[in-house]
Amino acid sequence: MVNSRYILTTEPSEKKDTRSGFGAGLLEAGKHNEHVVALCADLTGSLKMGDFQKAFPDRFYQVGIAEANMMGLAAGMTIGGKIPFTGTFANFSTGRVYDQIRQSIAYSEKNVKICASHAGLTLGEDGATHQILEDMGMMTMLPNMTVICPADYAQTKLATEAIANHKGPVYLRFGRPAVPMFLRSDVPFEIGKAQKLTEGNDVTIAATGHLVWEAMVAAMALESRGIRAEVINVHTIKPLDGRTLLESVSRTGCMVTAEEHQRLGGLGAQVAQLLAEHYPVPMEQVAVNDSFGESGTPAQLMEKYGLTPEAIIQKVETVIGRLATAVI
Amino acid sequence: MVSTDLSSVASQVRRDIVRMVHGASSGHPGGSLGCADLITLLYFEAMQLDPALFSMDGKDEDLFFLSNGHISPVWYSVLARRGFFPIEELATFRKLNSRLQGHPATEEGLPGIRIASGSLGQGLSVALGAAQSKLLNGDDRTVFTLHGDGELQEGQIWEAAMYAAHKGIDNIISFVDCNGQQIDGSTEDVMSLGDLAGKWSAFGWHVLTCDGHNMDSLREAVVSGKANRGSGKPTVVLMTTSMGKGVDFMEGTHKWHGIAPNDAQLESALSQLEQTLGDY
Repeated sequence: MVNSRYILTTEPSEKKDTRSGFGAGLLEAGKHNEHVVALCADLTGSLKMGDFQKAFPDRFYQVGIAEANMMGLAAGMTIGGKIPFTGTFANFSTGRVYDQIRQSIAYSEKNVKICASHAGLTLGEDGATHQILEDMGMMTMLPNMTVICPADYAQTKLATEAIANHKGPVYLRFGRPAVPMFLRSDVPFEIGKAQKLTEGNDVTIAATGHLVWEAMVAAMALESRGIRAEVINVHTIKPLDGRTLLESVSRTGCMVTAEEHQRLGGLGAQVAQLLAEHYPVPMEQVAVNDSFGESGTPAQLMEKYGLTPEAIIQKVETVIGRLATAVI
Repeated sequence: MVSTDLSSVASQVRRDIVRMVHGASSGHPGGSLGCADLITLLYFEAMQLDPALFSMDGKDEDLFFLSNGHISPVWYSVLARRGFFPIEELATFRKLNSRLQGHPATEEGLPGIRIASGSLGQGLSVALGAAQSKLLNGDDRTVFTLHGDGELQEGQIWEAAMYAAHKGIDNIISFVDCNGQQIDGSTEDVMSLGDLAGKWSAFGWHVLTCDGHNMDSLREAVVSGKANRGSGKPTVVLMTTSMGKGVDFMEGTHKWHGIAPNDAQLESALSQLEQTLGDY
């Protein structure tokens, strides 16, 4: 059932933060392309940009606590052929600078890579001011923008290297906590191509970011109960890989989405739109339900806001139940 | 450099501005008229560039960024008159399917435009980014910008000002159109700007002043700004202008910031502006 093309192990012993994957990927991108430059708004350590800074001091720009200026600088640096990567928390990468991104980057079609750490509830104790859960929605709505949310360390590293070679604005979302390393590092990262991690004909679980591993855990538990789930890693939120998702639901007949984001505007909302337009089937969402977060440990918060394997299993049961009674 | 009488070009540019805004029944004539002399001087004399070879990267060319994008008519007119695109295209300003959007944009591929502007306060950051790329590329040309004085009320301008001085970016010359007017009234009444020279100076910039309607004064500012290269300080030019310059009933008032003349007003305006290069 597990697709070994993508899955390294279903019993990961090692955990690493996705932001470190970004830091490692940025260093590689810098080595491969002299036009790659990096800008950071006083969060070099948090974003793990230190290795790039050390290796390429003349291509690293500390901009201080001035995110609006950073977005404008990045847009301007593309004029002259640079490939700027901006680094700050997801909240300050999106909500704080939406208009700068909209006008100077997205509308102006600038080759800027907006790299956003500490996204979602798993930022933890800092609380709701920093736990942005609307960022993917905001970025997805912008024309010309590509939105990527990788699942583990290795995938974040690969995604970072891949976006350096992609022409156009990109929003790359990752997080703070150490999470299981379960994906292979030797598979090329294809922007816009979802990954079928398990095969099954009973339910499709489309997950993104930190929730991909949680979906894998859920799928393994479901299997022991005789429910075979097809887990799809939707690492690219925009453009959405509708073909892979529709092919899967054409066999499973039902869908559960899972993400560390608001119900509105994220993966689930987009999948709902896709299904409503092309292949209406019962669907349930695992996501934050129109509320802000709060202080707590990442694990406590994921539990309280229902972003766990148990929550996914519950939604799977619900959606299969709806399928049985044919209530869409 | 193009050997043309700059004042006669500026007169034609002013005619273009009022005709474009009249033709679109909307637009921003006041600030456009006020900056006609500067933009003419930059494109017809001060900046090294080749309209036929326009590229987004602008390698080994001087670059210009219009941060107060609403005065697009003056920029479009000068770009067309300088040969970036056909002069007749000015007639499409603000109309459906035009490359001449209400505010400058890159999406339609209009030669001469490198970034969208309109939402205020963003152009200085963008220009500094481009200036930084030039330094990294060993390209010693200069980046010019223009901002409204009212635009300085946007916080991002001061983020950028602090950054430029900290990094010692000295291949930029930023002009501020000091006409003392904004949409709701005088800058003094709406949100007083205080001692602008003192503010820029305190932010670490080399501050110059000039008369925005005197070509010699403008030229001197450019020369002095370029001579500042190597000082490790960015240059700002506080350029005194009169909003609506050249059309008596538009001059010196915020009322013509963003409205179009009617037929009779157009006729009156054109009677005050000599046609030197032929109307489009």
